Amino acid sequence: MPAQSKPVLDTVKHAADTPEAAQPWAELGLKEDEYQRIREILGRRPTGAELAMYSVMWSEHCSYKSSKVHLRQFGEKAPTSDALLVGIGENAGVVDVGQGYAVTFKVESHNHPSYVEPYQGAATGVGGIVRDILAMGARPIGVMDPLRFGAADHPDTRRVLPGVVAGIGGYGNCLGLPNIGGEVVFDPCYQGNPLVNALCVGVMRHEDIHLAKAAGAGNKVILYGARTGGDGIGGVSVLASETFDSGGPAKRPAVQVGDPFQEKLLIECTLEIFAERLVTGIQDLGGAGLSCATSELASAGSGGMRVELDAVPLRDSSLSPEEILMSESQERMCAVVEPGKVDRFLEICAKWDVIATVIGEVTEGDRLEIYWHGEQVVDVPPRTVAHEGPVYERPYARPTWQDALQADDPARLARPADAAELRAQVLRLVGSPNQADVSWITDQYDRYVLGNTVLAQPEDSGMLRIDEETNLGVALATDGNGRYAKLDPYTGAQLALVEAYRNVAAGGAKPLAVTDCLNFGSPEDPAVMWQFAEATRGLADACLALGLPVTGGNVSLYNQTGETAIHPTPVVGVLGVIDDVTRRTPMAFRTEGQLLYLLGETHEEFGGSAWTDVIHGHLGGLPPRVDLERERLLGEILIAASRDGMIDAAHDLSDGGLIQAVVESCLRGGKGARLVVPEGLSPFTFLLSESTARAVVALPRGEEVRFTDMCAARGLPATRIGVVDGAAVEVQGQFSLPLDELREAHERRGPALSGGAPRPRAGGRRPPGTGGAAADVLADGSPHGPRRPVPSADRTRHQGLVS
Amino acid sequence: MTIRVGVVTFPGSLDDRDAARAVKLAGAEPVALWHGDKDLHQVDAVILPGGFSYGDYLRCGAIARFSPVMETIIAGAHEGLPVLGICNGFQVLCESHLLPGALTRNDHLHFVCRDQRLRVENTSTAWTGDFAPAAEITIPLKNGEGGYVADEATLDELEAEGRVVFRYLDVNPNGSRRDIAGITNAAGNVVGLMPHPEHAVEALTGPTTDGLPFFTSVLKKLVA
Repeated sequence: MPAQSKPVLDTVKHAADTPEAAQPWAELGLKEDEYQRIREILGRRPTGAELAMYSVMWSEHCSYKSSKVHLRQFGEKAPTSDALLVGIGENAGVVDVGQGYAVTFKVESHNHPSYVEPYQGAATGVGGIVRDILAMGARPIGVMDPLRFGAADHPDTRRVLPGVVAGIGGYGNCLGLPNIGGEVVFDPCYQGNPLVNALCVGVMRHEDIHLAKAAGAGNKVILYGARTGGDGIGGVSVLASETFDSGGPAKRPAVQVGDPFQEKLLIECTLEIFAERLVTGIQDLGGAGLSCATSELASAGSGGMRVELDAVPLRDSSLSPEEILMSESQERMCAVVEPGKVDRFLEICAKWDVIATVIGEVTEGDRLEIYWHGEQVVDVPPRTVAHEGPVYERPYARPTWQDALQADDPARLARPADAAELRAQVLRLVGSPNQADVSWITDQYDRYVLGNTVLAQPEDSGMLRIDEETNLGVALATDGNGRYAKLDPYTGAQLALVEAYRNVAAGGAKPLAVTDCLNFGSPEDPAVMWQFAEATRGLADACLALGLPVTGGNVSLYNQTGETAIHPTPVVGVLGVIDDVTRRTPMAFRTEGQLLYLLGETHEEFGGSAWTDVIHGHLGGLPPRVDLERERLLGEILIAASRDGMIDAAHDLSDGGLIQAVVESCLRGGKGARLVVPEGLSPFTFLLSESTARAVVALPRGEEVRFTDMCAARGLPATRIGVVDGAAVEVQGQFSLPLDELREAHERRGPALSGGAPRPRAGGRRPPGTGGAAADVLADGSPHGPRRPVPSADRTRHQGLVS
Repeated sequence: MTIRVGVVTFPGSLDDRDAARAVKLAGAEPVALWHGDKDLHQVDAVILPGGFSYGDYLRCGAIARFSPVMETIIAGAHEGLPVLGICNGFQVLCESHLLPGALTRNDHLHFVCRDQRLRVENTSTAWTGDFAPAAEITIPLKNGEGGYVADEATLDELEAEGRVVFRYLDVNPNGSRRDIAGITNAAGNVVGLMPHPEHAVEALTGPTTDGLPFFTSVLKKLVA
């Protein structure tokens, strides 16, 4: 065996002296022209540490290189909004909600890690978005989780889903943030590509907004939070093994590991630091770790930055400089602090048992310089790393199959022949995976902590009180329908927006701003790129028409297995404000005798509907039409009715149509309903069409005239369709479905997948959603399916670098 | 006189703000107590709130019991200081041996958050005097490790002495022995329970306001 040679540190000088040394740029995911551009920028070959930084910062996840040219529309088409305090580009956008309060919110993806390691992938997804919100200066006050899984009965879903749910709960519950909503959707297209998106909302006073920039030469750069370990390094390990001798540690894990307790301390500690106004700039460490934080802080600031990398507290002393720069260890933040305030900063960190270390300072120059035991390993212009990455005009083309898909109209599908068949189909629908109750999932999340949750799932939106004196509050909803978007991505993205908009308005809140998480397949496929281009165009157009700024979001590409991409899945979150949360409108029908009104118009629209999916396994035709003006009008009516106390319940109509909404509101309130099919509509279309811009409301009889007069004056069709009554959902002349039978169908599905639930006492009633006929399907409570093969090399790269 | 009720914040406490809000709504003055500070600042009663003190590392409540503030609280509790432990606070009280038994992983292995019906079985403690005998209440329950266990002799003793203060109704949500949701010490000044009364003090945000009497009870007890 040869003697262990001392590793050669790849310093800037060494790189200049060895221009021809081979470098693993391809293994790090860089294209040859990208590597050449780095050499041009630096006027020499990059050091190993520089190569690591560029490769990760120029990755799709960090640089948005494929999506940037399309995302620009959100800025170019932005409506003039007085509400926007901070726009796209910062960690998260900030919106003025009045009374001196500002709210920041954002949705992000953690899709790839959650497939590989469901628990930690989902957990760190929550942790990452919470730090983004914290870094804006806000106290995080709530989270939501839009989720997509493969087929409900697929064995791998039983591996992924329980892990994801436990990870979200395990992290969020321990962090003390109420989980107030989200979505759970099953579709075979997400097999192998589950979507785990996470949204966080935070609140602050206007004057507390913080930005990620390093200004003021001489100011100190402080890294605080968890020690840096070898997790989340993934593909960058290749560098370490090439640069150093082969006797070093083995490949590093690609998925990060979360510690919510550390994050909770980080939150409280950071808020105390903010309160004493101790920071000039702040940035959380997420994807690309220190590389991202230092280069973005320096790039957005006025000067340069010098960092002593060997000062970084480590969990594993064998880490190389490249690995420390790339590590995605969780629960870390980076702050820029004036020298006079450093002592107090460190004192507060010590109070919370948070490790804090001065690792560098802001310099006069314009370079980001990083040293390792006194030797320079990085010397770059920070903008070239953080903000001037490559931009691609990827080719895109309408897929050849799009016409045939749209021509396959659901009109050809057999409809129920009689009332008995219609009844049977309704029962199947409300019990199908995507229409059934999901409290077996959401009951694993704490929705009460912090004591300000006014509405939470299964309500249309999550609503939080932000001021206990004035009752000012915010409402949030996320929506996205991949089936609609597959049929027409332009319309599909708009449908996601208008559904979230409607959900917020249904609760009585005024929609103010939008965040989005754009989940798509490979941008290298022109068909996928077309879907992406269409979806962003549709969303930007609709946001402009509705006057809602897009304040930030996230793009997740490469969600595909082999040649097969997921349905294009733009998930849209809408934030609304409500002056008085005591005026909110819940969804439950609680009072017998109240009148049910259907707002909006019902057309024969079944393309992409739940009915075509559940009854016929069909996807074709065109999705429902979007009418943005009508959505706005409906929203205004719902908000006015809430404010003036005209309605006692409201529920948005979306997938599953009217009957789904009525069943949900009846089960929630424990009251039945008698419905009459309006003239001119078939019972089938009345109950199951998915026309948009509709809602069902329940009003006290004394409010009928005032409410209908308002709708008539504003030109919104309002049709009386029945009354809250009895213990069944009865459609006159058609069928009657007792609530017990509906509840059994609606709530039985979950436990088979969840693998366990509270046990009822002998003779006792099960808690809603925690047991039922199918509870014994997995009697052993171990929902693990067969292990999937280890992902291929190019996927592995994305786990650490792309979320 | 204003009654001062201390609410302890351990690293990882989550429901401390909620407990303080409940104290305020009940008409007392909440006083923030810090885990590292032995001084109880002349409070008249103490609440150990829910959360994950010290990350629940080792065992729920196992590290918190050794914190400086607990030293004073344990001594005070032996002299009659009213102490209420909610969820993680209940776990801390068991670890401190102020209450017998232990809380274990839910039998179904999942975290559960639900509106839970309970019966108040003992209205003579410092924290339950405002309830009607055998009152049935609904307050939120949220825990991953809420299964109450103790040996048979201890359970028999608790039952015989009327020290089972709350019992789960309809559903046993975590596999607790004999449906026990909360217990008291022999003197009745220390009470621990898994469900969360502080989340049921406002109609706007809670399922009920059934939690409020916990906090008014101790006020009346202290004024009397």
